[in-house]
Amino acid sequence: MSLLEIKNLRIALNGDEDKQVVKGLDLSIEPGQTMCLVGESGSGKSLSALATMGLLPSVLKPIAGSIKLKGENLLEADAARMRSLRAVSMSMIFQEPMTALNPVARVGQQIEEVLEFHSDLSQSRRRTRVKEMMEAVHLPDVDKMYESFPHQLSGGQRQRIMIAMALVMRPQLLIADEPTTALDVTTQAQILSLIRELREDQGAAVLFITHDMGVVSEIADDVTVLKLGEVMETQSVDALLRHPRTDYTRALLRAVPSHVPRMARAAQSDNVVLSTNDLCKTYGGGGFFGKGREVKAAQDVSISITKGRTLGIVGESGSGKTTVARCIMRLIDPTSGTIMVGGTDIATMSQKELKPQRKNIQIVFQDPMRSLNPRIEVGQSIIEGPLNFGVSRDKAMARARELLELVGLPASAVDRFPHQFSGGQRQRIAIARALAMDPDVLVADEAVSALDVSVQAQVLDLLAELQERLGLGILFITHDLGVAAQICDDVLVMQHGRVVEYGPAAQVLGSPQQDYTKALIKAAPGRHWDFANFRPFSDAAE
Amino acid sequence: MRTREIVFSSPLVMIASLILVIVVLSAIFAPWVVPHDPVRLSPSVRLKPPTDEFWLGTDAFGRDLFSRIIYGGRISLVVGVAAAIFAVALGLLFGLLAGYIRWVDAVLMRAVDGLMAIPSILLAIAIVSLWGASLWTVLVAITIPEVPRVVRLVRSLVLSAREEPYVEAAIAAGTPTWLIMRRHLVPNTVAPLIIQGTYICASAILTEAILSFLGAGINPETPSWGNIMAEGRIYFQINPGIVLWPGLVVSVAILSINLLGDAVRDALDPRMAKRGIER
Repeated sequence: MSLLEIKNLRIALNGDEDKQVVKGLDLSIEPGQTMCLVGESGSGKSLSALATMGLLPSVLKPIAGSIKLKGENLLEADAARMRSLRAVSMSMIFQEPMTALNPVARVGQQIEEVLEFHSDLSQSRRRTRVKEMMEAVHLPDVDKMYESFPHQLSGGQRQRIMIAMALVMRPQLLIADEPTTALDVTTQAQILSLIRELREDQGAAVLFITHDMGVVSEIADDVTVLKLGEVMETQSVDALLRHPRTDYTRALLRAVPSHVPRMARAAQSDNVVLSTNDLCKTYGGGGFFGKGREVKAAQDVSISITKGRTLGIVGESGSGKTTVARCIMRLIDPTSGTIMVGGTDIATMSQKELKPQRKNIQIVFQDPMRSLNPRIEVGQSIIEGPLNFGVSRDKAMARARELLELVGLPASAVDRFPHQFSGGQRQRIAIARALAMDPDVLVADEAVSALDVSVQAQVLDLLAELQERLGLGILFITHDLGVAAQICDDVLVMQHGRVVEYGPAAQVLGSPQQDYTKALIKAAPGRHWDFANFRPFSDAAE
Repeated sequence: MRTREIVFSSPLVMIASLILVIVVLSAIFAPWVVPHDPVRLSPSVRLKPPTDEFWLGTDAFGRDLFSRIIYGGRISLVVGVAAAIFAVALGLLFGLLAGYIRWVDAVLMRAVDGLMAIPSILLAIAIVSLWGASLWTVLVAITIPEVPRVVRLVRSLVLSAREEPYVEAAIAAGTPTWLIMRRHLVPNTVAPLIIQGTYICASAILTEAILSFLGAGINPETPSWGNIMAEGRIYFQINPGIVLWPGLVVSVAILSINLLGDAVRDALDPRMAKRGIER
């Protein structure tokens, strides 16, 4: 008998049959197995997990089907029964470990609380059990860690605490909802191997929810692909990656950026559109009351981009890559160094002197939900820049319509508001807004990180096409080595504000010289798979 | 459409709106509504209890209390609405500057802290006694202590709004600062300011009444709710109505404005409203 068996699960908004968000999910997991639930946003993967835990928001109701844990139908269990099952028989870890932990309680006590409710161990036995568990998730210096508060831990450590909390009662089912999405790749690799290890030690079944095919290839035994609440297919991981049965899965796999770096294109010209020399940004220091703590967010960053080429800056969170982008845009003031845009040093210009230079360099941000003013029509957002430079409103609006068509949206979109568009469409609008200034350089700060993988591929294609057509120089900031490998001619790796390695993409990502670069590449999930060609790279080499 | 939604959101809000409409209309059309001249002295009918002729009785100079309360509403409402508008306008201006320009923030917020350290009634009394009592000085005296709270509100809204990528995109597009404020920042402050405005209106009416009661308000000849109560205080044992009736009107008017303010907040800021309903 399967440990968890979901049959024909249907979840609907307000219990209305016409508004189904999960449409007949079938799924079963054996003990000791990992089932990955894969899908893009809105596919209903998280809702299925929440339904299993009995944690659906009250507006969503399961209207049909069954969820059986060891033969017991959870949809028929009352609140008291669900409460006694949670943590004991099944538990869940979430994406964002900071918000999932109570910020004002010590982490050890938060784990112990689970034992307090669900076991009758004495206090000293509980404490010993908690510390054993914290050791099992490989937390260092357990005695000290027990007394720590969440903000004193790193993201990876917090996620380990969450996992310890989830597994302290040795539940047979662990549900992990995007547990590594908010973490850096090296931390992600550690957490994935921890989950694998604990699954083997404890013989638990894991329901692992993710949008990332790389992660799937690392951790799954079986995979269920969801699209808009419908099951596309269920297969073992190897079979799915090699022989996907549906067009949707094939498209999903094709969209995954390959980790094989592209060859640098032949330089179109030696016209340098953007360069920096020894760019530094230091935060803090020189406070009113004595010297504050200094943080060197970026140190001696020197880059150069010629017309029509793409430079990628890759690094983990806190590496200073976004600081560099913001300095170059002069959204923050660099501490020292030069920034040459089209032959002019803008590093020390006043805002007034800067204004005429602004049109040469434009930026696209990460979060498509926040990068457009929600109260203003899309067209008004696009023409804002040109109007500042004295273009007439009619002319600017005509250009906005052209640009929207250029980025693959209807010209009539100018009269609509941002909330009427999807995330990918908004990112296209943001690109159109940047292009409205006819810039020489486009800075893309994690511009595809918030998008689903298929949309991400479309936006990357769009950027490549625009670059070809307009000869843009692109500075592409990303944490995703796959994306960097796919579109960058040159790559710069940053760590703790310093440049680790800088050179052509094929060289930096193909045969890295520095240990840190090697570690980054090694940690990237799914680097052995050539998803787009449905085979591992090792096959291709034969 | 939105207004109707707010007014009919609950029976309590409907009653509050109705009361406010009556108060406002009777204040505007006071000369046609009142049965007697509110300032004419008639010593023969001093301190009368309510009769058919004097509905709420008369004061120590034989003036009709009902007529005086209706006229008093004019002052109170003008002070309330004007103080709300001025405080919100000044607060918006300073709040925008403090929230957006770093060095202004340091200077302005310390001044605001200083202002907030002084009890508002004391500050108001000081201002009135400095310039002498008139409608304008009372207005200034009531507005100034209200400004710091608005500045803080606007500043915090601007501080979070200016981090939005669409504001940074506007900076990158070379949009002048005043235009960024008008187009991208001010709209974020409108809903909280409307709500804050209603509270200021209520508190200004109360402060005006207190100032008049303490004798630091507008000229005692002009009837205002606070004035009437102040004059009636001495005769409380003979005719308690002189204090109680205007007091009741002040309380009901302020309660109504606050209820309406809550309703507006619930409509404009659904997060706050939902929290109340769910749990």
